[in-house]
Amino acid sequence: MTLEAVQAGATPTGRGGVALAWRRFRRNPTAIGSALVLLLVVLACFPGAPLWVDVACHHGPAFQNINGYVTQNGHRVPVVANDGTPIGPGWRACYLLGADANGRDLMVRLLYGGRVSLEVGFASALVCVGLGLLIGMVSGYLGGFTDSILSRLMDLIWAFPVYLLAVALATSLALGGLAIGPLRVSSTSLAIPILVIAVVYVPYVARPIRGQVISLRRMEFVEAAVAQGAGPVRVMISELTPNVASMTLVMLTLIVANNILTEAALSFLGVGVPILTPSWGNIIQQGYNLIVTAPALTIAPGIAIMLTVVSLNVLGDALRDALDPHSKVRVKV
Amino acid sequence: MFQFLIRRLLGLVLVLFAISVMVFVIFNVIPGGDPALRLAGRHPTQQNIIQIRKQWGFDKPLYQQYADMMDKLFIERNLISYQNQVQVIPTIEAGIPRTLSLALGAGAIWLFFGVVIGVLSGVYQGRWLDRVLTVLALTGVSIPIFWLGAVLLYLLTFQYHSLPIFSWIPPGGYSPIGHPLAWAEHLFLPWIVLAVVSIGFYARVVRSSLLDVRSMDYVRTARAKGLSSWRVLTRHTLRTALIPVVTLFGLDLGAAIGGTVILIEPIFGLEGVGQYAQASVANLDLPPLMALTLYGAFFVVIFNALVDVAYAWLDPRTRV
Repeated sequence: MTLEAVQAGATPTGRGGVALAWRRFRRNPTAIGSALVLLLVVLACFPGAPLWVDVACHHGPAFQNINGYVTQNGHRVPVVANDGTPIGPGWRACYLLGADANGRDLMVRLLYGGRVSLEVGFASALVCVGLGLLIGMVSGYLGGFTDSILSRLMDLIWAFPVYLLAVALATSLALGGLAIGPLRVSSTSLAIPILVIAVVYVPYVARPIRGQVISLRRMEFVEAAVAQGAGPVRVMISELTPNVASMTLVMLTLIVANNILTEAALSFLGVGVPILTPSWGNIIQQGYNLIVTAPALTIAPGIAIMLTVVSLNVLGDALRDALDPHSKVRVKV
Repeated sequence: MFQFLIRRLLGLVLVLFAISVMVFVIFNVIPGGDPALRLAGRHPTQQNIIQIRKQWGFDKPLYQQYADMMDKLFIERNLISYQNQVQVIPTIEAGIPRTLSLALGAGAIWLFFGVVIGVLSGVYQGRWLDRVLTVLALTGVSIPIFWLGAVLLYLLTFQYHSLPIFSWIPPGGYSPIGHPLAWAEHLFLPWIVLAVVSIGFYARVVRSSLLDVRSMDYVRTARAKGLSSWRVLTRHTLRTALIPVVTLFGLDLGAAIGGTVILIEPIFGLEGVGQYAQASVANLDLPPLMALTLYGAFFVVIFNALVDVAYAWLDPRTRV
């Protein structure tokens, strides 16, 4: 706005918080870079996976080819050698990254596995942050008896060693599935790892939200809303939620990163994603015993995990700087 | 202080009780957890199953079964596994020195490097060193540790043959007394792997905490008095900036001993508590899992309490 315009009586147009945050975010090259990498990973896994199958080899992720052959430099090479060693990476459309012990295409499995890993990571983070937001807000705003009950519950989950709790829940659920009233979840459903991972990290979200809400509930704008007759639900939705939104968004990004790692760890222990569904963790778990003869089976999915998680962590860091430069939100990974 | 300790101790017992009930419920109420079916072998007759139920007391009411299990765990100390009928408590006791060796060594490494890297990137904030260290720290935080262990082990032993050790048992056993060098050499790789994630995380925490403290009034006063920047850093800034690290270190060490080792020990075949937990998970073996979960939770809660005590000592404002 020029000086003349102001003198002519125009009101200065302020920038909203979102616009300011977007400007800070845009000026951070690492933030843009990490967002692009993440976008690339998502594109490669979701539209990219069937596209790759169509273009390259027409083998799905579950297609086994133990007795098959591929052509490499004009030679016919077995996909899985007689001694059980699968073919390694090479410049060819089929088996670009090599095969696994059952002659399945690692590249195809990596792309389809990425779908599952990203789905589990995002879905469990959404459930986890949703639950954490609800519990943190109710417990911080209502206080008193509700707060003590919910806080003790959070303490309990917090004290439970994360992997042992996840493992105990996942093993028993994987055996029998889950049946709460009319709700039935089969034991091979992806909902089981999603729920397990979501539950174990709820305290990591609920605690900081609760702290934030406790300091917000004494503020004038909340008192004003209450004086106007707003009930607790209304205050929470229209007064408190906007004030913890940026904190929640940052936590969501970091929790997704954390949950992708947890999915991999649980699948590696054999209690994560059901064994027949490829996920990055499952591919490592199934390829790990061939690490000496076929290291690509272990190394490639690990690199995919790292790439995704690094970009999510950098993105979360940048979002925090952009949205809330003074906040101290941290997620333990 | 005495009252504070008593209160924490009581809290510890309550939390452990609640956790033991939770584990028991998770394994008994959710369908598919019937231990008699697993004990009975592959093709059991109905009679076998009934007999096993009677013999192991699975026909008793649940609260009775729970009480029996706690009695065997804490009073008679003769709890045995459903899977291979091995005594649980001696197996855990044999694993503890290995797990403690792993977790404590790794803890020392991540504390040292985390603080050094965090201070460096805080002091050189915004310069290229800070940027490089930030990227490194964020990468460290993003590595799946079991994967790192597997890949490092593969590269060092099978690719470059630089690790002649295929057994991870040092000559003096898992104790730094007697053969400290052999102990450290055998555990070096597992230590690094367990430490990497936390180094990155601590570096980030130390950096942001240092930046917060550096803008405080008392630091400016110290500088205004004409103290050298080194002296301000070591005597004034760091003292305050490292308080959150104390909290974190306590919690993380507890979590490492109580849980994270489950991912590292099987990779290196350390046969500590974590590997036992992993094996019991694979076999859905309730008695060892119950004992191991309580063991893990015990460390987490104890370190939580220690953190509170340390905090009260370091930051007088919290001693109300």
